[in-house]
Amino acid sequence: MNEPSEAANVDGRGHANPVRSSNLVIETHALVKRFGRRSAVDGIDLAVPRGSVFGFLGPNGSGKTTTIRMLLGLASATSGDIRVLGKEMPQGLASVLPGVGALVEGPGFYPFLSGTGNLTRLDAADPHASSSTRSRRVKDALDRVGLSHAAGKKVRAYSLGMKQRLGLANAMLRPRELLVLDEPTNGLDPQGTREVRNLVRSLAAGGTTVFVSSHLLAEVEHMCTHVGVMSAGRLVAQGRIEELRSAGQARVVVQTPDVDVASRVLARLGLVPGEAPGVVGSRGTTAVYATGINGREPEAVVSALVADGVRIRGFAVENASLEERFVSLTGEGFDVVG
Amino acid sequence: MSAETTGLSRGGGVRPGMGWALLGSELSVLFRRLRTWAMLIALAAVPILIAVAVKLSSQPTAPGRGPLFLDRITQNGLFVAVTALVVCVPLFLPLTVGVVAGDTIAGEANLGTLRYLLIAPAGRIRLLLVKYAGAVAFCCAATATVAAAGALAGVVLFPVGPVTLLSGDTISVGESALRSLLIAAYITVSLLGLSAIGLLISTFTDVPVGAMAATIVLSVVSQVLDNLPQLEWLHPWLFSHHWLGFADLLRQPISWTSFGENALLQTGYIAVCGALAYAKFSNKDVLS
Repeated sequence: MNEPSEAANVDGRGHANPVRSSNLVIETHALVKRFGRRSAVDGIDLAVPRGSVFGFLGPNGSGKTTTIRMLLGLASATSGDIRVLGKEMPQGLASVLPGVGALVEGPGFYPFLSGTGNLTRLDAADPHASSSTRSRRVKDALDRVGLSHAAGKKVRAYSLGMKQRLGLANAMLRPRELLVLDEPTNGLDPQGTREVRNLVRSLAAGGTTVFVSSHLLAEVEHMCTHVGVMSAGRLVAQGRIEELRSAGQARVVVQTPDVDVASRVLARLGLVPGEAPGVVGSRGTTAVYATGINGREPEAVVSALVADGVRIRGFAVENASLEERFVSLTGEGFDVVG
Repeated sequence: MSAETTGLSRGGGVRPGMGWALLGSELSVLFRRLRTWAMLIALAAVPILIAVAVKLSSQPTAPGRGPLFLDRITQNGLFVAVTALVVCVPLFLPLTVGVVAGDTIAGEANLGTLRYLLIAPAGRIRLLLVKYAGAVAFCCAATATVAAAGALAGVVLFPVGPVTLLSGDTISVGESALRSLLIAAYITVSLLGLSAIGLLISTFTDVPVGAMAATIVLSVVSQVLDNLPQLEWLHPWLFSHHWLGFADLLRQPISWTSFGENALLQTGYIAVCGALAYAKFSNKDVLS
């Protein structure tokens, strides 16, 4: 899964690290974070290729935010190595972070300052940021997230969605090589969610690598090229989104009134009948499910069914959805893993 | 995507400055805050209240009663500032300084801005220094406010003339203003140790009110201990020990001994608390 992505180096900025891993923007090795005796992050090997939109998926409490905190030097790792933009962390923090924009665990702002005031303040904290372009960059960033009309308003009066937008604007105050967005669509309305998706796409098109954590599958499916799935502090899967999807079992669905015969034929062909057949339509049509089609031609299955007199009213091979894959990786349970 | 965005060099091509921008921003955030102004106005009210009360009372204050120098105000308005500073030192000034110093790191953590400052990246040491500089600026502003409001109230309500010092010498109005400024500077220095204590406490918590309260309580405890004769061996080490020791500045010639001792003690507190704050903050997991 660590193979270089085709997207790597397309922007011609591979100079960042001539030594190694020039195609990986984030790289961790056996990264562990323990709080007391509990492992919040338990030995993960992340590999985020340059130019990718990397979806960092996982249920609540699976260690996503803790990982992000370690990547950004907010928390120290108990053990393991981190490289961001080709530099060892946290030693390289001061030179790496100016190239990284981030939104971590929700927005954090001074309620008594305006949107502009807040961004100006945070930009001033970066010694690399030019003060002569500050007000223009702040204004541009506010424009990009659609907050120009509320720029002068005190953040105290902002809604959660507006604060979230301001957080995104802060991440984009300067041109960045890497954006780390932790749950960027939290609290946003549907339009806001769409805008964030478009924003992420346009940033990625400009060559910025985007590392976006989420517990919302649909969101990740819509905008990401790569996915890493966290479960209880472990990285249970990682790779291109298509790879992850195809790793799931394809499923055959036969719609027929002849349930028994169909099941028998499918079993004879070596397929594994799945869940109990269910009535789907009029005239006694029932859906028969089976997995195990991988590597077999679907038309061969159809002709075998027809040869045994099964009346086929519908036949489909369904690829596993990312959601099924996600649930199979992280488990069905609703409980947050302590 | 603008040309600028795609053609970036790492770090945006600007050489890192010394970070004066962050200090400027810190001061502007501090002094644009309503809370800061409320505290400064409350401090300014102290000398005004004293002056008005003395003016309105018919009988003259007997020497030796009330705060230091209170009896002299009616003769010379220049004493309002000094009297007000004396009144503010035990509680009002430590109270406001405790609020600002206790808020330094914990306040940012509480708002969630600490993580954004750190990933900006402000740098932990730089942030700590800038935060302390902000607290020091507030100490200056606080004592200057009391002194200025006192001088103003004194000039408006009472006659002003040459001042007789504790040593019996008389100095001009201009020089007495200078002495008032010296006393304000002395008290500012007195508060620097407390500010460092507040900064240290602030690195330990994400709850600013807790850090503020702890800082203020410590200032009270230190003064109480300083009044227990049984603990005399401890007194020279208490950061509040020299707080009211500025009488030397009202002699002719000025004796700088107490100023020096106080400055040395406060520097010690700044060094120790600063080192501990650095040790704590540089390794702290920012989880707020």
